[in-house]
Amino acid sequence: MKYLLLKHYRGAPKGVNDHPMDTWSPQEVSDHIQYMDDFAKRLATTGEYVDGQALSPEGAFVRYDGEGRPPVTDGPFPETKDLIAGWMVIDVDSWERAVELAGELSAAPGKDGKPIHEWLEVRPFLTEPPTITE
Amino acid sequence: MDEALLRRLTPEVIGVLVRRGADFAAGEDAVQDALVEALRVWPDDPPRDPKGWLVTVAWRRFLDATRSETARRRREDVLEAEPAPGPAASADDTLQLYFLCAHPALTPSSAVALTLRAVGGLTTRQIAEAYLVPEATMAQRISRAKRTVSGVRLDQPGDVATVLRVLYLVFNEGYSGDVDLAAEAVRLTRQLATVIDHPEVSGLLALMLLHSARRPSRTAPDGSLVPLAEQDRSRWDTRLIAEGVEVLQAALARDRLGEFQAQAAIAALHADAPTAEETDWVQIVEWYDELLRLSDNPVVRLNRTVAVGQADGPRAGLAALAEVDPALPRHTAAAAYLHEQDGDPVTAARLYAEAARKASSAAERDHLTRQAARLNARER
Repeated sequence: MKYLLLKHYRGAPKGVNDHPMDTWSPQEVSDHIQYMDDFAKRLATTGEYVDGQALSPEGAFVRYDGEGRPPVTDGPFPETKDLIAGWMVIDVDSWERAVELAGELSAAPGKDGKPIHEWLEVRPFLTEPPTITE
Repeated sequence: MDEALLRRLTPEVIGVLVRRGADFAAGEDAVQDALVEALRVWPDDPPRDPKGWLVTVAWRRFLDATRSETARRRREDVLEAEPAPGPAASADDTLQLYFLCAHPALTPSSAVALTLRAVGGLTTRQIAEAYLVPEATMAQRISRAKRTVSGVRLDQPGDVATVLRVLYLVFNEGYSGDVDLAAEAVRLTRQLATVIDHPEVSGLLALMLLHSARRPSRTAPDGSLVPLAEQDRSRWDTRLIAEGVEVLQAALARDRLGEFQAQAAIAALHADAPTAEETDWVQIVEWYDELLRLSDNPVVRLNRTVAVGQADGPRAGLAALAEVDPALPRHTAAAAYLHEQDGDPVTAARLYAEAARKASSAAERDHLTRQAARLNARER
């Protein structure tokens, strides 16, 4: 079963050890990044890692504006918009395992080297219909 | 097995097939098939004559493909007979391939993919891995690119500037995978320099060599970026620097200056400085001015401001920066740096944090975040 782990720049409930990264020490920033890299590498070795990407906070909303007209863009995003920072796709045997892994990822160290307890969004992928249905 | 040999032979073998009458698209497909076959077979059974082997296998593939195509169209099979060998492929064939694969009708990403496959002898899978896209996507990109250039005659002279732009992209946007794209770009530029005599080809080659020399010191063991001023210069590759400088000097002596030669000259001045403090910033600013005369490029303007900040002080750098479009990527990062030099860590920290939000790569974002963190920690 595949799950999407979503990390937010903003829009998730506030974590426990929640401080902007530029108020950490440079070493704390490095340790945080190292933890994330190690986590992804470890999941690759257990055969549970599928994909992961980081997103820039920049961007815009875009929509169709009718035949022969250029698309309308609306940006930059307002401060109130929920903003995704990145994702990781994992392929695991159960919801419980997905939750366990999200919990580990959320324990990444932050300010003062303490876990940031950040809220991650865990979302199951919709699957293909099963072959046997009765 | 010798993958380098295989890659070097690829454009020659395509040249042979085209001279025997294959069209570029079908001939290139056949050579790619032969290449994949060689990668499978050669490790256990290396051929005595690698090029002959490739030509034979590729030609057979081409005939098979053409036959089934012809049969499908219910046409006479006219390609039954073995062809005359045709004239041997020459350096001109390879040069024509460079031009074709960098044809101005192609988008940059298509030109890059086609060049890596037809001139570089990489497999579709290797190219796909290097650019982090599925193999099917890359295969489709390449076949569309070939359709785009299908009407182009192979004997027309092309524009070397378009070829250089493609090679620059390959060098500058190296991602991951088991193929080192920057090294591949250097190889392809070296090869180009053997088939065409042009000072800008030398300029680009020199630029690549000089930047390659610094590559090992650009990243820390944990993957983080190390800025030029903080790099361990004893780890720079002096052999590559010497070669880059030599290639550049020969090009400059011909008195036909171009953008790549000017960029290489700046890289050479950095390479020449034993420490960051001893960098000849005045001469670097002069080369930036030269670059701006060659083409008024906003990114060059931006990079120039940092050099001005070193040559004439941060205030002069900030004054120059005020003339540059603030929407440019890295404008905020340059401003942060100049404000820090100017003794204003509070403004610099705020700008570093803002620059991190605008960064286009994770490594750059993390670097700028650390810079902001460093200044904020000092202020506390």
